[in-house]
Amino acid sequence: MIGLSHFLILAAVLFAISVAGIFLNRKNIIIILMSIELMLLAVNINFVAFSHFLQNLDGQIFVFFILTVAAAESAIGLAILVCLFRNLRSINVDDVGQLRG
Amino acid sequence: MMKFYILSAFSPLIGAIIAGLFGKMVGRRGAHAVTIIGVLVAFLSSLYVFSDVLNGNSFDGTLYTWSAVGETVFEVGFLIDELSALMMLVVTGVSLMVHIYTIGYMADDPGYQRFFSYISLFTFSMMMLVMSNNFLQLFFGWEAVGLVSYLLIGFWFKKPTAIYANLKAFLVNRVGDFGFLLGIALILAFTGTLNYGEVFNQSSELASRSIFQISGLEWSLITVVCICLFVGAMGKSAQFPLHVWLPDSMEGPTPISALIHAATMVTAGIFMVARMSPLFELSEVALSFVMVIGAITALFMGLLGLVQNDIKRVVAYSTLSQLGYMTVALGASAYSAAIFHLMTHAFFKALLFLAAGSVIIGMHHEQDMRYMGGLRKAMPITWIVSLIGSLALIGFPFLSGFYSKDSIIEAVHLSALPGSSFAYFAVTAGVFITALYSFRMYFLVFEGKFRGNTAHGHSHEPHESPFVVWGPLVILAIFSVVSGAVAIQPILFGDFFEDVIFVLPQHDVLGVLAEEFHGWIAMAVHGVQTLPFWLAMFGILVAWYLFLFRPRAEASSGVLRVIHKILEEKYFLDRFNEWFFAGGVRSIGQILWRFGDARLIDGIFVNGSAALVNRISHVVRLFQSGYVYHYAFVMILGVFGLVSLWLFLI
Repeated sequence: MIGLSHFLILAAVLFAISVAGIFLNRKNIIIILMSIELMLLAVNINFVAFSHFLQNLDGQIFVFFILTVAAAESAIGLAILVCLFRNLRSINVDDVGQLRG
Repeated sequence: MMKFYILSAFSPLIGAIIAGLFGKMVGRRGAHAVTIIGVLVAFLSSLYVFSDVLNGNSFDGTLYTWSAVGETVFEVGFLIDELSALMMLVVTGVSLMVHIYTIGYMADDPGYQRFFSYISLFTFSMMMLVMSNNFLQLFFGWEAVGLVSYLLIGFWFKKPTAIYANLKAFLVNRVGDFGFLLGIALILAFTGTLNYGEVFNQSSELASRSIFQISGLEWSLITVVCICLFVGAMGKSAQFPLHVWLPDSMEGPTPISALIHAATMVTAGIFMVARMSPLFELSEVALSFVMVIGAITALFMGLLGLVQNDIKRVVAYSTLSQLGYMTVALGASAYSAAIFHLMTHAFFKALLFLAAGSVIIGMHHEQDMRYMGGLRKAMPITWIVSLIGSLALIGFPFLSGFYSKDSIIEAVHLSALPGSSFAYFAVTAGVFITALYSFRMYFLVFEGKFRGNTAHGHSHEPHESPFVVWGPLVILAIFSVVSGAVAIQPILFGDFFEDVIFVLPQHDVLGVLAEEFHGWIAMAVHGVQTLPFWLAMFGILVAWYLFLFRPRAEASSGVLRVIHKILEEKYFLDRFNEWFFAGGVRSIGQILWRFGDARLIDGIFVNGSAALVNRISHVVRLFQSGYVYHYAFVMILGVFGLVSLWLFLI
């Protein structure tokens, strides 16, 4: 029988992978965007799991909002990325350090 | 009577305001008219007040309460009695003469209105000083006369020496005023009042309280108070060692040298000590101190007058010496004699100064006596009045200076305080010195041959001064002759100052003198047989021998040259002050600037804090790498930290 804890562990693993993806990755900004998406999805899994096990629909409705916001966010992120690429001719994470103090 | 008190104090102020603020509008004639009328009104009402006081009326009351803090009340008030009425008369009288004289002396000066405004303001300040019934107003007048003196010494403000002199006068007076302020503060602290009468009522309490001990010697409070007050008088009345400003103050125009630096302002210290006689009487230490300081001033400042070549400076040193005489009289508890000498001195010294000014006008603003000589033919009136002034100064019998100076010498002779024998020696030797320098000046200026044209190359015939100049001279000369003979009986030996000046029976030297006094004629006749008279005659003889009969005899041998050098350098006091005080303050300033300001405040506090922020931010900015994953990592660490903290706390 698959219980709540399995879902939570899955979400935690996904979350950890996405965190690792953000700061272990040195090559590609797209991967950062993907990791952020994955992070949100991990959270969504938590929401859905709790919603199911607590017999409360609020969580699933929340998920819809999060998915919408995430889609808009990645659209903006990709648009910024395109601009960045036009200016820098690179999407390498190590090349994007202009804000260095 | 209140009207007249206010009139005599404030009418010069009105004149000063009109001449000072509306000088352009009223013009030259308007300026001198309005100030002279102001002083004339003050003089006439002072005369009326004086006659009223002679009838036995006196006044002590408040005019206006300025402010009250708890129990302490600061007010403007008048104390009109014999002492202040006499001072009012002297101040306004001399001031009136000087005002009239100034019309002639300053005729061509561009600062005409300003000058009249200043001297009228001075008259007002001096009146406030002498009429005051409390220490606050006394201090106000004290500072105000100091301020006007500063303004007038530097009247020709384009002259660097004048600016140096007025700064010097101001700074030296600050030293004295500091002591004065301390004295007033002590009085306020221990009696809780500033009113003269209330303070004097508590004087015995002040005397019984001891304030501190130095090397086993107990200092009673009243001694400290009196010495502090006297330090103020030393500054204002130019007593050794705070005398250094007075000779330099001669940089100012001659009328103010006569009014401020001879007749009135410099006598403020004498007046103040006489006014405080109920305090000073109770402290023999303070009286001794006063007497010794006065004796030093009387003798040694007179000696300096011997080597000066500037005609005004000779008179200035003679003023110092005479102020020393007055101070000695104060120390001997002969307050009345001091005030008496103050009065006669005001007349004959103003006369000498104004005569010197007349000579300066006649010589076309030449002040060096070496280029004068034989002026008696060119300036007969100035010659006569100068001779009278000089004779009065050296104490020639029947003239005013004789009565006042002889009384002082006799009073000191009778005094039994420590230091009185030195003081007696100083004032007696001073008579010889006085005669020597006075007649050196007289012979160099009025007798012999005229030395002006040869030395200067351009020929200016000396000429007699206009009427507005010699008119006041004649009036002052008359007063110089008669004021002593007329006033000695009531002032010194009568009951004129009976209720005003307080003298302990054991100090009452004038009381002893009164027994030997048989009228002014007898005193003058007896004066011819005494030592001071012959000393004065000997002084004239020596002056005649050295400067007229055999000129160039001075400073011929080695020892004399050394003495001459010391005198010319004024005992090296100016140099010492320049080196020790001015130089010392400058080097302390250097240290504070270099170390305190530049290194400590600028280096550590101001620039140091900025440098600290700079250094910290150099380290902190390394965290701002610009890489997103660093930020994310830090965020994760933060979340981790917070969560662990939360878990730990639970």
